[in-house]
Amino acid sequence: MASRRPSRNAGGPTQGFGSPLTLAIALDFTPAVTRRPAPLTVSRIPRMTLDEFKSAAESLRADGPAQIAAAATLEAWTDARNHLVGRTSGRLSELMTALGTLPKDDRREAGQLANAVKQELEALLDARHAELMRQQQRGPAIDRTMPGRAAWRGSVHPVSLVIDEVVEIFRELGFTIALGPEAEHAWYNFGALNFPADHPAMDLHDTLYLDDLVLRTHTSPVQVRTLQQYPPPIRILAPGNVYRADPFDASHAPMFSQVEGLVVDEGITFADLKATLTRFANRFFGETKTRFRPSFFPFTEPSAEMDVRCGVCKGTGCPVCKNSGWVEILGSGMVHPAVLENAGIDSERYTGWAFGMGPARTALARHGIPDIRILYDSDVRFLEQFAR
Amino acid sequence: MNLSHEWLKAFVPHALSAEQVRDLLTAHVATVEGFERLRADLAPFVVARVIETEKVPDTKLSFNKVDDGSGTLLDVVCGAPNVTAGAVYPFARSGTLMPAGFKIEKKKIRGFTSNGMLCSAAELGLGEDQAGILELTTDAPPGTPLLDVLPLGDVRLVLDVLPNRPDLLSHLGVARELSALTGVPLRGDDAAHAAPAVPVVREAQQASSGGATVRLEDPAGCPQYCGAVIRGITVAPSPSWLRERVEAAGVRSINNVVDVTNAILHGLGQPMHAFDLATLAEQTVVIRRARASEKMKTLDGVERALTPEMTMIADAAKSVAVAGVMGGENSEVTDATRDLFLEVAYFDPKRTRQTRRALGLSTDASYRFERGIDPAGLEYAMRAAIGMILAVAGGRLDGSVMAVGTAPAPRPAVTLRPSRVRAVLGASVSGAQCERYLASVGFAVARKGDAERVENEGGDAALVVTPPSWRHDVTREVDLIEEVARLHGYDKLPDTIEAYRPTTVPDHPLFAASRRVRDALVGAGLAEVRPMPFVKGDDATHWRVTNPLAEDEPHLRVSLLESLARRAEYNLSRMHGDVRLFEVGSAFGGREQGAGRGAGAGGLIEEVRVGILIMGARSPRHFADGAPPMIDAWDAKELAERAASAAFPGAAIALDAAEDPALWSILADGRSVGVVTRVTLDAPVWASAAFGIEITLGAMPLAYVSQPGTSAHAGERPAIAPPASAVRYRPLPTTPAAAFDLALLVPDGLNAAEVERVLRTSGGDMLESLELFDEFRGAGVPDGMRSIAWRLTFRHPERTLRDKEIDGRRSQLLKSLENQLGVKPRTA
Repeated sequence: MASRRPSRNAGGPTQGFGSPLTLAIALDFTPAVTRRPAPLTVSRIPRMTLDEFKSAAESLRADGPAQIAAAATLEAWTDARNHLVGRTSGRLSELMTALGTLPKDDRREAGQLANAVKQELEALLDARHAELMRQQQRGPAIDRTMPGRAAWRGSVHPVSLVIDEVVEIFRELGFTIALGPEAEHAWYNFGALNFPADHPAMDLHDTLYLDDLVLRTHTSPVQVRTLQQYPPPIRILAPGNVYRADPFDASHAPMFSQVEGLVVDEGITFADLKATLTRFANRFFGETKTRFRPSFFPFTEPSAEMDVRCGVCKGTGCPVCKNSGWVEILGSGMVHPAVLENAGIDSERYTGWAFGMGPARTALARHGIPDIRILYDSDVRFLEQFAR
Repeated sequence: MNLSHEWLKAFVPHALSAEQVRDLLTAHVATVEGFERLRADLAPFVVARVIETEKVPDTKLSFNKVDDGSGTLLDVVCGAPNVTAGAVYPFARSGTLMPAGFKIEKKKIRGFTSNGMLCSAAELGLGEDQAGILELTTDAPPGTPLLDVLPLGDVRLVLDVLPNRPDLLSHLGVARELSALTGVPLRGDDAAHAAPAVPVVREAQQASSGGATVRLEDPAGCPQYCGAVIRGITVAPSPSWLRERVEAAGVRSINNVVDVTNAILHGLGQPMHAFDLATLAEQTVVIRRARASEKMKTLDGVERALTPEMTMIADAAKSVAVAGVMGGENSEVTDATRDLFLEVAYFDPKRTRQTRRALGLSTDASYRFERGIDPAGLEYAMRAAIGMILAVAGGRLDGSVMAVGTAPAPRPAVTLRPSRVRAVLGASVSGAQCERYLASVGFAVARKGDAERVENEGGDAALVVTPPSWRHDVTREVDLIEEVARLHGYDKLPDTIEAYRPTTVPDHPLFAASRRVRDALVGAGLAEVRPMPFVKGDDATHWRVTNPLAEDEPHLRVSLLESLARRAEYNLSRMHGDVRLFEVGSAFGGREQGAGRGAGAGGLIEEVRVGILIMGARSPRHFADGAPPMIDAWDAKELAERAASAAFPGAAIALDAAEDPALWSILADGRSVGVVTRVTLDAPVWASAAFGIEITLGAMPLAYVSQPGTSAHAGERPAIAPPASAVRYRPLPTTPAAAFDLALLVPDGLNAAEVERVLRTSGGDMLESLELFDEFRGAGVPDGMRSIAWRLTFRHPERTLRDKEIDGRRSQLLKSLENQLGVKPRTA
């Protein structure tokens, strides 16, 4: 057997085709016609009759298979091969040598017989060798019930998983990703978005302040920043963190994520809003029904909440949907012309729609997480549940 | 807003079920988010017919055969005198829980089994008994739920009224919508508060009548004020209809006078107040600003400090109410009250809002004034209130209603182009349809002249629309389009994805960078976290939230590692020491450079960073290996390089030694982008060392893109930079490499990098790679030294290197090391 030299990068990839071992074997099986007969000395040539020759060949044909089958290791296989068909001392080579001593008329018949035996034996040897190779590659027997060698698995946060999915779906619809600051000017957070100063609409947003800045209460400021920076056509998605002065409890957090969407171009209509968001819902939740309800946001008009059929009760009413059969998914509406004007966009020529959704709620519902604080605790035992 | 289904029907006598009302309002007006049957306890009762009845001699009892719709006639014993064969009654099957709290059981009475009970009005909690059990007049078959045939179970609908529609904060307001949606006309005067015609004196500043005087000194805070005097009333509990109404609206019944004021508030949307006239000095009411350092105890018993920014109701001597917010204890209506002064006013929304906020006192009244009540509805509300009080508390109106102030100007008209309706909604709604919808909810609609009609594409004339007095929210064409859309029905509008043009906006580079880093770190076995950015910081270094939620964490973090350290401690306290966390999030810097406190947050610098914290075992344990080693600085260094490469593809990443407690600073193309550091934790003794990495992906500019009302692009599409192609192909070698190892004795104080620098410069062009593979101190290595071993690989691009060349190279390298650094090989 060919010796296995330690590879330079020992411990690297396991050896495959082209390794010294397989090459050596292949060389041994170059077709017989290309081999030069071994030099022989006349005195040692046995003389045989055709019958003797036939008898010897048949005897080889009868013994060979058992010997080959008995070779349990590659070493034993090599011995068997040398003994049976080895070029110098094998029984077949003895026959071949004797062939030359037969009368000329008998040689053809004898030669054909010897060749047939040789081919049979070589086929068996090949098969046995392949079998032994398979055995060797399988290695020693192992207890296959024991565990594999693990590596640490990373995980994406469940809220990010939802954002990822939303992003992927809207990418199919031609959206790109825009971002904006979390510490924001009050004008971008409120004034530009058509919030009247000192109005109850502001009470919908319990705001955290940073001196003269605010921690943005929604991702909608990205709408105005984007509209000021890029001309229509606009199709963007703006994921990000937003802040509310809500006490941290099982269902509220003072910081949470939101995904904003904005479309502005000529000819954008409420029909487009309905169809696009319904398509999103069907991609995100599987085939479902949507419903649009009148709502109010200072920066959209008309404004609409989109509900989808409750996935738990399929619309018959259950505690999850508070017996309404519908689950609220997002707020949306046609971009208020005042918002376009505040961003220096011609509100007569361009129309648009926008929406905002909270991926954390979806993550809680999707994974059955009972308390929103779990999303922030960063408990490794929780995060590992999302390992990939 | 709590709505009573029955009360709404008093305004609009429609025939819809409460469920239908809920669905209509949700689809067209505002979401009904609560639905509660107020007599849900009557749900198990059914209609049953008495088929046979037989008196038991010498008793009040009768034996009856009753059909409850179940298919079998039930034997029922009854004690009422009025049982009649063929009549139908409310029936409680055995097992039913009675409103009084006991359960109907199957039982034997005089050898006769009774399987339930025929019920009287009192037994159902429906008032006084008349002639025994309650005979029903209905065609409904036996077995029908009782609530389906008797209008007993009022339903409370909770309407989510948003700030733009304060007109929906009353039954009248919602009834207007129901009338428009059902076509059933709104009843002008609900029978319960028929508004009598009363005389009114109107003055700009002061009016007197019925012995009382009203003087308006703060017309900015109170544009309109109505007062009326009622004498000789009797304060008593309310009659049941009034009590049920205010209770259905979610208000506790107090007495007949207070309940009327609440019925007007919830019925008509007009907050009002009743004073005990006897408590008002000189029977005078003055609307004025509060005096400096004035105090008054409100009805909730709290002493309130007032400021001159607040509008007050006062008598000749003292304040008696905070205008639009709450009355004073000193003028409260009591059981002894005989004469009333009624107030119906329009208080300024902003003034009310400021006062409410200053006092921290929100009431049903302030809630409505702040959002804006119907400024044209005062006199109607006053007449309705007077009518109700006279009906439930007796007394008489003394003199006239005093109306002081100025009547509101009509709302400006708004033009609506049907073509614009089409452009916004993507649906064709004709001008006539628009007109019908708008008129149905009180808008006055006129058509523009012919000239303009011709100009209008589509031929639909523009409409000139005047909003009703109660609709403060309608000021622009798009507001009218919303009215049309919702009355038409969002669900009836078409849905079609319009063909779209590609966006001009490229992906934000920080988003792309965040994704690359996240993928790399998740692949490296780390868990993404999204913690709160609030920390216990220091005012000198951290931005403080002006109104923090938690005083122990009032600051925004300057480093993501602050959050991650707290999260690691959270895990350690749960006995979990293998912590590998990362976050991509914002850090808020610039406090130290920024101006002093109170000078604004203009110096704030928000950066998007990746923060990493790793500690614990390097890998999970496996039975075939020994215990895995703990994560050390070298793991952190490699992870930092990996993260930085992902963040800045194509950039040359270098880690330079940094000062304690930092280990390295991270450079990308020579620019400092982050740090690797040891992290000090509040950790148990068994915890291993923690390492932190923080890399700044980029800044998130806070600046204005351009001035409000302008854009920075002038309609031009900005050029989008092509992505930098980071990887350049290097031809694969075709010649064999030759390698040897060098183990060198390196004196302490000399860095490996110094040695490598010499190896590289002396190694020449054919030095392909340099791999530091061993560090050793101990036997055979002198004190003050360490042995460091490198494998050097050489390759000639065109031919095989000869042994002699390699040997020569080796000697030359050793000579350079000796000459330049004094470093010798370990086995020399």
